[in-house]
Amino acid sequence: MTKAPGKVNTYRPSVGHTIWQNRTLILMCLPAIAFFFVFAYMPMPGAYIAFTNFQYNKGIFASPFVGLKNFQFLFISGQLGLLLKNTVLYNIAFIVLGNVVQLAFAILLNEVTHKAYKKSAQSIMFLPYFISDVLVSLLVYNLLNYDFGFISHLVRSLGGEMPKVYQNANAWPFIIVAVNLWKSTGYGTVVYFAAITGMDSSMMEAAQIDGANAWQRIRYITLPTLKPTVIILFLFAIGGILKGNFGLFYNLVGNNSMLFKTTDIIETYVYRSMMNSFNFSQSSAVGLFQSVVGFFIVLGANAFVKHLDPDYALF
Amino acid sequence: MTNKIDMRPMHTTHIKKDASQITINTITYILVTLFCLLCILPFWMIIASSFSTEEAIRRSGFTLWPTAFSTYSYELLFRSPDQMIGAYIVTICLAAVGTLVGLFLISMTGYALQRKDFPYRNGIMFYIYFTSLFSAGLVPFYLLIVQTLNLRDSYLAILLPLLMSPWLIVLMKNFVKAIPHEITESGKIDGAGDFRIFYQLILPNLKPALATIGLFLALSYWNEWYYSSLFLTSKVDYRPLQYHLYNVINKVASLKNSVAGSNVVITDLPGETLKMATAVVATGPIILLYPFVQKYFVAGLTVGAVKG
Repeated sequence: MTKAPGKVNTYRPSVGHTIWQNRTLILMCLPAIAFFFVFAYMPMPGAYIAFTNFQYNKGIFASPFVGLKNFQFLFISGQLGLLLKNTVLYNIAFIVLGNVVQLAFAILLNEVTHKAYKKSAQSIMFLPYFISDVLVSLLVYNLLNYDFGFISHLVRSLGGEMPKVYQNANAWPFIIVAVNLWKSTGYGTVVYFAAITGMDSSMMEAAQIDGANAWQRIRYITLPTLKPTVIILFLFAIGGILKGNFGLFYNLVGNNSMLFKTTDIIETYVYRSMMNSFNFSQSSAVGLFQSVVGFFIVLGANAFVKHLDPDYALF
Repeated sequence: MTNKIDMRPMHTTHIKKDASQITINTITYILVTLFCLLCILPFWMIIASSFSTEEAIRRSGFTLWPTAFSTYSYELLFRSPDQMIGAYIVTICLAAVGTLVGLFLISMTGYALQRKDFPYRNGIMFYIYFTSLFSAGLVPFYLLIVQTLNLRDSYLAILLPLLMSPWLIVLMKNFVKAIPHEITESGKIDGAGDFRIFYQLILPNLKPALATIGLFLALSYWNEWYYSSLFLTSKVDYRPLQYHLYNVINKVASLKNSVAGSNVVITDLPGETLKMATAVVATGPIILLYPFVQKYFVAGLTVGAVKG
């Protein structure tokens, strides 16, 4: 027990004592601490591999050090630029279109008074979120396959000429954005819908009594009330702008190199160059670049959120 | 809401309001119903195609109704059901063990981290949360599993990484926060230790949280194909369901293997319908369960999504 100068009766227990007092709570957290130590912190020194010419049998730290060569190659070859462009552009499309559609659906659904319809619509819209990307790829194949696809046959029966989608890189940005919209709309609608239902309804009732019509109520009450939620979700989405949805892209495109120009994102490149071409060093260089730059973008986004509303900041 | 207004017959803007409301409702019903159809029809098409003959698909493509009805693809699948049964057993075991262990660890951690009298809660929370902000990337993680832990071809390489995530711990923390602190206090007064308070007083009150987070865990195990594709080589006899489906869809060899021993000439293999039938059998249970469990997902999103 020590007494701080100038203060009376300040009891400061020793660290050991505090630990002992909280031993049960610490023990309860220990499995999680160990889990994140092994699966998240232990690999971190391994990021060193990005600066080596990795040789599998030697392991990470005995492989020859090559400095920034891997990064240099990726920059000069234009590979990194292409990956960044694709990843960021897809995310912008996902964020903007996704939020607009989700917001619109949530607001429209809120205007419906038929309770059973509201509920079942939400459940059905949520269904695509539930299934694996493996099945999603099969659904897309069902629709777009040149020989047997539903849409291919529809186009042909209407006298049109169906392009060979799986050989046409330019078609894929539209397909991927549409599929992502299909998968994420239900999820986002439920989130926004919850935010709307949590709104104070007295303002809405007052507006109704004052004779505001449905459009006016949406324009002047619902949208302004949702603005903070939208901005914050938007900022966090921006924070993850370098992170791609690997499962979606890899299952839809796979190893179809004809489509890479418009569909290759950071995650798919990292996966392929490791699993298919065993180029561990370059793969990890791209991954490390993504982690480091992504980290600072998240910090920036969070600082911005904190500036707007400290309650919503992550840390 | 409209009913409330309608009860005021004196109200002058009655008709105008109704008009805008009717427009908006019509738009909603059309758009939302169309989107709902878009959400269901692709699944329906897979089921319909799986009951079609291969010739019908070659002739008129995938349709919403089988032009020639056949159960041949299912007969083939069930003639040599080894792969499918194995995949089911592996997936169910992984999902059951992973969900139970994960739930226990997540709720225990979530409880400790929301206790305001626990001085290390912010430090530990940051330690956990940091991992979602910065990671070493896929390659070092892969080498950790394969070289350091030597878990290639082991189901542990799938079971362990999916056990918990920072997001699920935060979600659980938010759920536990809603339980009054007085329960912990009363437990303390009665002389119960922290673990006993958690196990006997908190856990029984956490049922909605356990249902929601349990479902998220179970779903991630059920839909697992990613870690399988990284860590399970062809030496493993039985793969998790979705990875099995992945192989049947993407690798001709796997498609053939899936009906190996059923005495079918490879050239006669009904490739397309077989893929569809595999998809139906691999995904069917989760779609059937969906109507009963989806409300817990909605609950989870509402608690965790905005402030997460």
